[in-house]
Amino acid sequence: MAEIADSGGGGHKGGKKRAKKQSTRIDMTPMVDLAFLLLTFFVLTATFSKPKSMELTFPDPNIIPEEQTKIKKGVTFLLTKDDKILYYEGEFRDKDDDKGKMTVLQELSFSRDAKNSLRAYVLKNSEEMHTKILALKKQFEADQMPDTTYKRKVREVKADKESFTYLIKTDDKATYKNVIDVIDELNYNAVGKYVMVDLIKPEFDMLIAKVGQ
Amino acid sequence: MSKKPSKGGAPALDMTPMVDLAFLLVTFFMLTASFRMAEPVTVDPPSSIGNVALPDNHILVTIDPNGRIYFGISNTTAKVNALKEMSAKYKVDFNEKQSAKFGGIPSFGVDIKDLPAYIDAKDEERKNFKGINKNGQSGVPMDTITPNNQLKDWIAIGGREAVRVYNEAKAEATASGQDFKAEKPRYAIKCDSKTKYIFVKNVVKTFTDLKIFQFNLITSLEGGGTVIEPTK
Repeated sequence: MAEIADSGGGGHKGGKKRAKKQSTRIDMTPMVDLAFLLLTFFVLTATFSKPKSMELTFPDPNIIPEEQTKIKKGVTFLLTKDDKILYYEGEFRDKDDDKGKMTVLQELSFSRDAKNSLRAYVLKNSEEMHTKILALKKQFEADQMPDTTYKRKVREVKADKESFTYLIKTDDKATYKNVIDVIDELNYNAVGKYVMVDLIKPEFDMLIAKVGQ
Repeated sequence: MSKKPSKGGAPALDMTPMVDLAFLLVTFFMLTASFRMAEPVTVDPPSSIGNVALPDNHILVTIDPNGRIYFGISNTTAKVNALKEMSAKYKVDFNEKQSAKFGGIPSFGVDIKDLPAYIDAKDEERKNFKGINKNGQSGVPMDTITPNNQLKDWIAIGGREAVRVYNEAKAEATASGQDFKAEKPRYAIKCDSKTKYIFVKNVVKTFTDLKIFQFNLITSLEGGGTVIEPTK
């Protein structure tokens, strides 16, 4: 409705007084100006995406069992300064004893191209689990089981005692980004069990010995 | 349109479709716009593949790279109620106007003693706010040793109020037979990539002391990422 046409009368803007009929044509320019101004304003201020987040449950510090260091098929990640990440498998031993050798910390890299990349390591560990999930998925896709059963079974595989449990520990110098990266990597590989726990003193000492103060 | 040849000048152009479109867009943007409130500090969260949208109803704790803590509640009513309780607990008075204005402040990082002055400050001055100690926004105090853990009180009281507001709204909706779609309040933590984890740990400790174990960690979205099913 930019122009309300009158009955064919050629009303020119300047010639109002001359015309017998008053022109019904309205100058829409200010309105259009305003409309575009508002449009520009709203386009520029619009925030389309809501922030994304990652859901995480922390353990209750009061009920962490003593045996946390004794998880059999466990992997402990130790995060420290300079984006370094180290790990050891199984139980922590600060010296050789009759049950086994002293724990040796191995280094991993956040970089995905590195030889000792975190992703490759996690992927290798979860191979067995992935095979199981994949088999379930095949069955599911061939319509051999309902949706709910499939989801439950996948959960069961992930929570399986035989699959790895990951413990994430940080010292004072690790950054938030490192922690998120590790959790992200575990999520990416669909790992079911991981938990944030506090560093224990012997672990800290070993970490310092490895990477320096 | 008049077909009468004009004596020069611009030919009349039918602007109807353009104006229609312009107003349509204006209407669309007006209705979908949700204004992002000015945050007291800019933090740059790390990226992740987590793609859970942050719930609308949340209690947000922001931690900047220096470990300063900012606190905010998304629900205005709960926020104002929490302020009332905190005011009684810490014996800091707020007048009506300040309480009302507090509802519009997304999050803050000052000692409760500085809060009245912080509320009175103009929006654009808040970022450079200097408190009683002249050390700027020092963050919500979270001393675990001295009994001055204001963050803990804010979380406890804010959380309780948020849940109460939620329950009241729900009861009201059920009583009048309407659909109730709002979500339960959730606790969100937003940190900068460079924040040392130790600061986050202390905040998480405060939460776990209050028997709160579930969080939404705010991250920016990593390009095209979703949780993969194993490939091979």
